[in-house]
Amino acid sequence: MSVWHLILREIAHRKLNFLLALISVAVAVGCLVGARTLLRSNQLVTADILAAKQQQVEDDVAKQRRIVQQEGAGLQDAMRKITKGLGFNILILPEDQDLHELHVEGTGSQTMPESHVDKLANSRIVTINHLLPVVSKKISWDEYDRTIILTGTRGEVPLAHRDLKKPLLDHVPEGTMVVGFQLHTQLGLKKEDKVKLMGREFTITETYPERGSADDSTVWVNLGEAQEMLGMQNLVNAIWALECNCATLDRVAEIRSDIAEILPGTQVIERGSEALARAEARNKAKATAQAALKYEEQAGQESLQREADGRALIEKQASDFAAVLVPVVMIGCGIWIGFLAMMNVRQRSTEIGILRAIGLTSTQILAIFLGKSVLVGLVGGILGYAGGYAVGVAWSEYAPDAESAEVLFMPSLAIIALVVAPALSALAGWLPAMWAAQQDPAVILQGD
Amino acid sequence: MLLEVRDVHKSYSSPGKTVQALDGVSISLAAGDFTAVQGPSGSGKSTLLLISGGLLAADRGEVQVADQAPYRLASDARARFRAQHIGFVFQQFHLVPYLSVLDNVMAATIPTGLNGAAARAKELLAQFGLEHRLHHVPGQLSVGERQRTALARAVLNRPQLILADEPTGNLDRDSAETVLSYLGTFAEEGGAVLLVTHDDSAAARAKSIVHMVDGKIVDVSGGSGDS
Ligand SMILES: Nc1ncnc2c1ncn2[C@@H]1O[C@H](COP(=O)(O)OP(=O)(O)O)[C@@H](O)[C@H]1O
Ligand SMILES: [Mg+2]
Repeated sequence: MSVWHLILREIAHRKLNFLLALISVAVAVGCLVGARTLLRSNQLVTADILAAKQQQVEDDVAKQRRIVQQEGAGLQDAMRKITKGLGFNILILPEDQDLHELHVEGTGSQTMPESHVDKLANSRIVTINHLLPVVSKKISWDEYDRTIILTGTRGEVPLAHRDLKKPLLDHVPEGTMVVGFQLHTQLGLKKEDKVKLMGREFTITETYPERGSADDSTVWVNLGEAQEMLGMQNLVNAIWALECNCATLDRVAEIRSDIAEILPGTQVIERGSEALARAEARNKAKATAQAALKYEEQAGQESLQREADGRALIEKQASDFAAVLVPVVMIGCGIWIGFLAMMNVRQRSTEIGILRAIGLTSTQILAIFLGKSVLVGLVGGILGYAGGYAVGVAWSEYAPDAESAEVLFMPSLAIIALVVAPALSALAGWLPAMWAAQQDPAVILQGD
Repeated sequence: MLLEVRDVHKSYSSPGKTVQALDGVSISLAAGDFTAVQGPSGSGKSTLLLISGGLLAADRGEVQVADQAPYRLASDARARFRAQHIGFVFQQFHLVPYLSVLDNVMAATIPTGLNGAAARAKELLAQFGLEHRLHHVPGQLSVGERQRTALARAVLNRPQLILADEPTGNLDRDSAETVLSYLGTFAEEGGAVLLVTHDDSAAARAKSIVHMVDGKIVDVSGGSGDS
């Protein structure tokens, strides 16, 4: 026969004592487990809410971002179309060029060194593209008895720090000529025709369609040839450039200051500013959309934060409540278990006396009472865990279906319940068990 | 000697007074001895029995059971020693209320782990006429049946010494007769019995009778068992 047999028989005999202790442990453990399960369910609900909110914010921002991107793409497209249509829109002129003369005559009379264009090309300027040095002069085409604008161009000078771009205007080789619309239509000129200009022979390589500007009355030849013909060796009247698409709000001022730094003694004028004003409007629209995006992002983050703060507060209140309730219940139950164990020892003092008389050691007496406490703790722990878990799942905001019940199951908590409950019960029963083991059998048996 | 008590003194102190329960008592029992202790209430009979049984240390004097000094052993070792050498029987039976008759007897094997105990327990209970009571709890038994259960428990581990404190005090004549005749047989088969009783007819079953008054042995006479 073992001590365990004794424990089990005694439990079966004094059911009420066991039941009361069992309920006590079950309540304590159930309280702990229920609280933990509810807290966990709270956390899961929080995670779900925040994830949904986060998704919402992300969706909103993504939508806004798409709008901004569309706006940006629209702007870029518009800019490309506008600038392409404009052709060269920045004109770099010698500083002393009278603009009144330029507008009245169509060409300027002042010159600057051709090397200016190389300086510009070798600089790190980013606000302009496509440099085109030209000499341009209103002359009389005696062979055809016409006044024309003769423009010499050497083709675009690539910017040293940029990738090569498709030139807006092709190079005009020596001995060739490109003729504007009014001239080739009025004079009946066409490609491959050989013509004379200022005594030199040229082959027409290109006849332009109508542009509706002074270009229609212009003849283009190679820059070097034009310089020779006009006695302007190594000089140019102007450098054409194309503003790049990286326009900020005050583009022209920026370009002016950039060029002034590289080429002192020049002036910069802009053509087609009204078209660019439209581009600026688009630019502003983009900026506004970007600001709206930023606002959307910020507002989203803020509302997310508010939600998170709100949930954190709810969780804190729940966990604060549990932090007070659980220890109070546990201590209360511990005291109650100890009291029940004490009653049990008192009730069984004669039994202790006779068991000692027939040879049970005080250690075995201790084992009888502690063993019972551990058993109470173990069974109470299992019942309490099951009960607390069931209540936790049932009360949880998480819909109590099989899956969420599984999510709320915490194996570590189950282990704690099954280890801690017997340990705590043994602790509560420790003093009474010690008292039982210490009882003097002689004193008990002398009751006779 | 199975029991050797030499010049034992024992006093109890309670607030205000000290009672000299034993005052220089000596007694010895050899195998086959059956000794009754008689005396008025409060003369120290139960105290002598507890001291002899290794349950209560004397203030002074020597106690030996089966040639060993139980009080020189540590508490747990002394408990095991009791289980192996001594059987107790009390007036109040002291059965464990929640154990069946069989389990009450078998409880004696918790300290000894005796082999084949169940068979021996049933054998003993049959011998005491309790074979039909094995699975009853003490509450369902008559007083005589209870004392016979206690007796079976006392002898399960085959002790050499039985210490019985008024075992027949609560029993009817027939039950008392069963108990006393078993004690007699136990002694005849080589055990030793110390029987505390105030019943003259019970004492008469012993080989010798020790008379105590005020913690002292005042007279030793032969009982009928002596003849
Ligand atoms: N635990 C005790 N505390 C104080 N006095 C006791 C105790 N046990 C016994 N006595 C006293 O010791 C004396 C002897 O008691 P006891 O051995 O029980 O005598 P008996 O069994 O002969 O009646 C009595 O006076 C009794 O009152
Ligand atoms: Mg007595």
